[in-house]
Amino acid sequence: MLFIAEKLGSLTLSLLREMGRMVNFLFYALFLIVRSPGKPVHILKQIRFIGAKSFFVIFLTASFTGMVLGLQGYYTLAKFGSEGLLGSVVALSLIRELGPVLSALMVTGRAGSAISAEIGIMRITEQIDALETMALEPYKYLVSPKVLAAIISLPLLCSIFDVVGIYGGYLVGVKLLGVNPGAYFHEMEKSVEWKDVYSGIVKSVSFGIIIAWVCCYKGYFAGHGAEGVSRATTAAVVMTSVMVLIWDYFLTSVLL
Amino acid sequence: MKKAGLETIVGIFVLIGILCLTYLSIKLGKMELFGGDYYTVTADFDSVSGLKSGASVEIAGVEVGRVERIILDPKGNDQAKVYMRIRSGVKLSNDVIAAVHTSGIIGDKFIQLNPGGSDKIIANGGQIRDTESSVDLEELVSKYIHGKVD
Repeated sequence: MLFIAEKLGSLTLSLLREMGRMVNFLFYALFLIVRSPGKPVHILKQIRFIGAKSFFVIFLTASFTGMVLGLQGYYTLAKFGSEGLLGSVVALSLIRELGPVLSALMVTGRAGSAISAEIGIMRITEQIDALETMALEPYKYLVSPKVLAAIISLPLLCSIFDVVGIYGGYLVGVKLLGVNPGAYFHEMEKSVEWKDVYSGIVKSVSFGIIIAWVCCYKGYFAGHGAEGVSRATTAAVVMTSVMVLIWDYFLTSVLL
Repeated sequence: MKKAGLETIVGIFVLIGILCLTYLSIKLGKMELFGGDYYTVTADFDSVSGLKSGASVEIAGVEVGRVERIILDPKGNDQAKVYMRIRSGVKLSNDVIAAVHTSGIIGDKFIQLNPGGSDKIIANGGQIRDTESSVDLEELVSKYIHGKVD
């Protein structure tokens, strides 16, 4: 009986300790961004890696997401005889929900795993220890530029996703299924408000922070050997994706 | 050479991103950077049921402005006060009639302005005096059933 209580207690304590370490990690990284963001070239390199190199995968997923939204939306709306609203359906679902979430998930898969593996390998080959020995702040070189680059890149990728998706929906809805192009864009402009665009941007900024934070953290505290790195990378991708989806729900309920 | 490549790539990426962001916020989000080419008029309605801020204001079916906000009239006569932003190229005579209409049977509500013949023009902040409230379909049907249609 006491054995179960002991197990439960140690589990709770280790969970709390882990959470505390993660929050500390995040706030220290954010604090460093404010205090000394580091050389611009480091940040530019990270923006190229997280943002610019994700462009094509975002473009591809966005166009197919928009196209399938056009197809599904048309099928549903045609039942009510209101195909003209297709533009609103595509634009609102992209801008409010799918754009931020899907772009965050794609960036997690493409850049997040790489970040985690990169830092994890630096950890197991003792490069991080070497930095610490030379009294150089490892956070400043490894973590802060990545967090800042993710904060800059994610909203941009999200708006690219939205626009490409809207034109993907246009391609299918108007060119293929024959919705009136004027109605498509007019209904869209009428129903989308600044609040919708704003909430999408807020979401993608927070997703950027989550991606860089969790992936850097998991890599930074990777276990021993090649197995440790592989475990850290898997944990980083899974945890980031789950956190993005959970945080998305709470953010939507607050921003709505 | 290598450093220039880095900066160019990031520059192009940021440029495309900002272009998309601008398109979304200005064209779709209707954020106005230059708010100079509009003026505001108000109108009191008995009922604006179903009208929302952001709804369009039309003359002869052409959009000339938008509903900015709707409040209960502070003078306390139980009327709705509607603030409208009208494009400054459009001149409204002071006997214009504002009416709440519906586009289609379940469509959005909008304000239809029927121009009058007066020479006097409503200035910025002026008020439209003649208004027609939104038609309540249920009330109309019940009037018809109970035989009170005039």
